[in-house]
Amino acid sequence: MTGKEYRTITDVKGPLVFLNKTEPVAFGEIVTLRLANGDIKNGQVLDTSDDLVIVQVFEGTAKINRETGVTFMGDVFKLPVSTDLIGRILDGAGRPRDGGPEIVAEEKADIIGAAINPYSRQSPHDFIQTGISAIDCCTTLVRGQKLPIFSASGLPHNDIALQIARQAKLQDSDEEFIVVFCAMGITAEEYNFFRSDLERTGALENAVLFVNLADDPAVERIITPRLALTAAEYLAFEKDYHVLVIYTDMTNYCDALRQIGAAREEVPGRRGYPGYMYTDLAMLYERAGIVKGKKGSITQFPILTMPGDDITHPIPDLSGYITEGQIVISRELHQQGIYPPINVLPSLSRLMGSCIGEKTTREDHKSVSDQMYAAYAQGRELRGLVAIVGEDALNERDKQLLDFSGIFEDKFLRQSRDEDRSINETLDLCWNLMANIDTKYLVRLDQKWIEKYHPENRA
Amino acid sequence: MSNEGVIYRISGPVVTATGMNAAMYDVVRVGHEGLMGEVIELHGEKAVIQVYEDTSGIRPGEPVLNTEETLSVSLGPGLLTQIYDGIQRPLATLEEVMGVFITRGVDADAFDLEKKWTFEPQASKGDEVTGGNVIGHVQETETIVHKIMVPPGKSGTIKDIKSGDFNVTETVCTLEDGTELQMMQKWPVRTPRPFTQKYAPDTPLVTGMRILDFLFPLAKGGAAGIPGPFGSGKTVTQQSLAKYSDAQLVVYIGCGERGNEMTEVLDEFPHLIDPNTGKPLMNRTVMIANTSNMPVAAREASVYTGITIAEYFRDMGYDVALMADSTSRWAEAMREISSRLEEMPGEEGYPAYLSSRIAEFYERAGRVETLSGEDGSVTVIGAVSPPGGDISEPVSQGTLRIVKVFWGLDAGLARQRHFPAINWLNSYSLYPQSLDQWFRDNIAQDFPEIRTQISGLLQTESELQEIVQLVGSDALPVDQQLTLEVARMIREYFLQQNGFHDVDAYCDIHLQYQMAKAILTFQDAAKTAMASGAQLNDVVNVPARSDLIRGRFEKGYINDIEGMVKKMTNEIADTVETN
Ligand SMILES: Nc1ncnc2c1ncn2[C@@H]1O[C@H](COP(=O)(O)OP(=O)(O)OP(=O)(O)O)[C@@H](O)[C@H]1O
Ligand SMILES: [Mg+2]
Repeated sequence: MTGKEYRTITDVKGPLVFLNKTEPVAFGEIVTLRLANGDIKNGQVLDTSDDLVIVQVFEGTAKINRETGVTFMGDVFKLPVSTDLIGRILDGAGRPRDGGPEIVAEEKADIIGAAINPYSRQSPHDFIQTGISAIDCCTTLVRGQKLPIFSASGLPHNDIALQIARQAKLQDSDEEFIVVFCAMGITAEEYNFFRSDLERTGALENAVLFVNLADDPAVERIITPRLALTAAEYLAFEKDYHVLVIYTDMTNYCDALRQIGAAREEVPGRRGYPGYMYTDLAMLYERAGIVKGKKGSITQFPILTMPGDDITHPIPDLSGYITEGQIVISRELHQQGIYPPINVLPSLSRLMGSCIGEKTTREDHKSVSDQMYAAYAQGRELRGLVAIVGEDALNERDKQLLDFSGIFEDKFLRQSRDEDRSINETLDLCWNLMANIDTKYLVRLDQKWIEKYHPENRA
Repeated sequence: MSNEGVIYRISGPVVTATGMNAAMYDVVRVGHEGLMGEVIELHGEKAVIQVYEDTSGIRPGEPVLNTEETLSVSLGPGLLTQIYDGIQRPLATLEEVMGVFITRGVDADAFDLEKKWTFEPQASKGDEVTGGNVIGHVQETETIVHKIMVPPGKSGTIKDIKSGDFNVTETVCTLEDGTELQMMQKWPVRTPRPFTQKYAPDTPLVTGMRILDFLFPLAKGGAAGIPGPFGSGKTVTQQSLAKYSDAQLVVYIGCGERGNEMTEVLDEFPHLIDPNTGKPLMNRTVMIANTSNMPVAAREASVYTGITIAEYFRDMGYDVALMADSTSRWAEAMREISSRLEEMPGEEGYPAYLSSRIAEFYERAGRVETLSGEDGSVTVIGAVSPPGGDISEPVSQGTLRIVKVFWGLDAGLARQRHFPAINWLNSYSLYPQSLDQWFRDNIAQDFPEIRTQISGLLQTESELQEIVQLVGSDALPVDQQLTLEVARMIREYFLQQNGFHDVDAYCDIHLQYQMAKAILTFQDAAKTAMASGAQLNDVVNVPARSDLIRGRFEKGYINDIEGMVKKMTNEIADTVETN
């Protein structure tokens, strides 16, 4: 149903329009605004009462005035979904952007999405091999996990995300992921980079793209990830696909949230971001997982750039409080010319324990991963000490660990953008590198694995 | 005015209704779908309602029905092993009705009202009973006897009491004045349940985590706060407490956190054995899961739902432990509602009443004499998630002002994979004084002294570390180098504990004591040997010491440790001769 058109706007402020004397308007209802020149804008009801209705306008409020006609569309925001979505490119509000036809809806899904009943979830436990050693060995990705990339401007997070999208597979399985890609406020150049890469590898045919670019309306970014996740849920839980959702850049999303909060004169939380940002982000991130009785799954790779490289900034901070770990990209490693510049020390995969070991990856995985991590952490710490007391002050063990930290970065972390290492290759590589350290210092390795895998014993 | 009003305004989870005769905290049904809500503010004719379900699509003009009841929980046999949302709807029932996604407008009984339980009367005709008195027993799970109590406020002489199989709404006892008592009772969540008096705690909640029991013990009936940045171990610690602590009952509240973490508990607990009873852990557990993406108003209510259930079991004379992960999300729910009410904000946008709400919540912990004269307790352990890990913020500060135990998680330790990442230098417990007698009587006469020595060594280590940072450890005199080795042994052998390791995750308190003693024995043996010319390096590297250290991962360590210590002492003594 579409109701009548109102011309009762009283105030316009930032992305918000205030109007009065309307029929009873639903909370969350979709709104169209018709400008004097005939242009149409879209919005959504944020607050509704007998006297006053507040509408958030996605395309910005430029040119809106008291003459603008406002129509309430009688329903909340829904996305038409069907398997026709696969292979399509849509804009940030869900309209075709690729010149193709409108999506023929098999059903229309509410984009807010209902919460998965915690009782109905299934614990993720399937190992996803990304072919990137640092991730597979140290912060193992699990199907159904939400694992963000914490990056910063100027770092190659996009390359890493794409490499993961290209290479991600379940071990011993050809099952492909459907990639749902969601761009929020990234530059056209970044977008073209993603698109042409997906095109080049043929992945585009198996992907759905939702694209809001830097010069697209900022407020629209509030709905773009919700559209993407709605599509992902449909494909995963209605159509049995394994879906990998990559969204970038969460920082632009959060800035749009802040903009709306400011226009509503809400009391801001830290650094001006709304106090409800944790909940808002959780409503996105928690739409990952596996549920009972459904074959598909949603794995999420949100990318965010940390303002000022600061991990305590509210955006990475609140994200870290919700997601199941994080992959941290390091400017220092990048400047050393190492790709992928993943700093494994602050990185973590909280679900790793459930997916590594004899039955899934390899029996020595945990032991190897702990030892690699510990040796690298100690080596890195020694770099600081050496800067003060000099390398001569180190004992034999410390010298070996210090050297190892360099080897770790050069041989283990470093790999090329199209190098797809199997988990076996990664773990064997670890053993070869650890052979640079005297076995007696490798206290985290089980004796039985040393006997079986150490190069000295395999020769 | 009638009992039915109409919606005037909707702003997210906050709805304003007019034309309704409402009192504070009345439960109302909002809109055509009958969404559940609670009156939280009155302005003249307008009632402000927080709604426990998503409000999108609801319009002004839709009806609001006042049930005139306050937000209450149902209490009775059937509570145990359940998993509820924040307003006590069983998630299993919601799944049956709605499927895997939580939709709205569905009501669900807290537990099966039809199920028959065997009621064994514990009182007889002619007995005088008052609120809190136990009139019967129901064996609810293998390990827990559910005691059926006269609801607070009711009393009289028993006219008739039954025996046999009944459901929770059938009358099992009638008083002379005609009052009929059933096995189920209701209690408003925001009102603490009454008791006769509070006692000072004198018994520790033994957790099986060495750093907690040994250095920073929590009392049964006490309250503890665990603040820490993301990924530092709040949830793993809370889950360990739920698994291994010697409470008789556990109420676990997942308040605004991850769905998968609740699933993990659901998967794990039915298969895990309670080390204190030898029976599945699920038997003693009630869970509340209002995850981060579920409605915030229900998140606000979830901690009250949980603590009311905990108090109810306390009133039966049980020791109950309640974990709330995370109280920061609860506080944020308050903040969100408060800002929708356009209340004057206090610090960081939180409502001015934040610290009093926190204090009121923790005050519901305690060891009490119940109305029927028994000894029961509620111990509360709240996780706090400070932004950026900085505990100068209002929720951490409000918590620290009231709790007596502070387990401070440390990002640096977590990054070094030192788990549990509890910082031993800034954490504290104000209970040792009142618990030391218990430790002396039940574990060892010198338990408190051993603790003092261990924490003294850690303190000394931190002072020495400052020097080491400047000059390197080789520049220290050997006795100080030994102190560093001993402290390292405390950290790596004693304080570190792998929450996921079959054996290491839980450490018997007697074994904890022996391990602490083993460290001090090492120190003494090393000192003696070094005084006779032994080298520090040789002393540290005797094979029996590594065996002792590794032994903690093996079953039966408690039987072997004494022999291992002896062997270590002998080998250390031998290092003198080899020189
Ligand atoms: N006692 C422990 N033993 C072994 N590992 C641990 C322990 N405590 C924490 N960890 C590790 O740290 C990770 C994060 O812990 P946890 O999930 O408890 O953090 P948290 O403080 O609850 O974080 P958040 O605030 O984001 O929920 C775990 O997944 C695990 O890898
Ligand atoms: Mg947690």
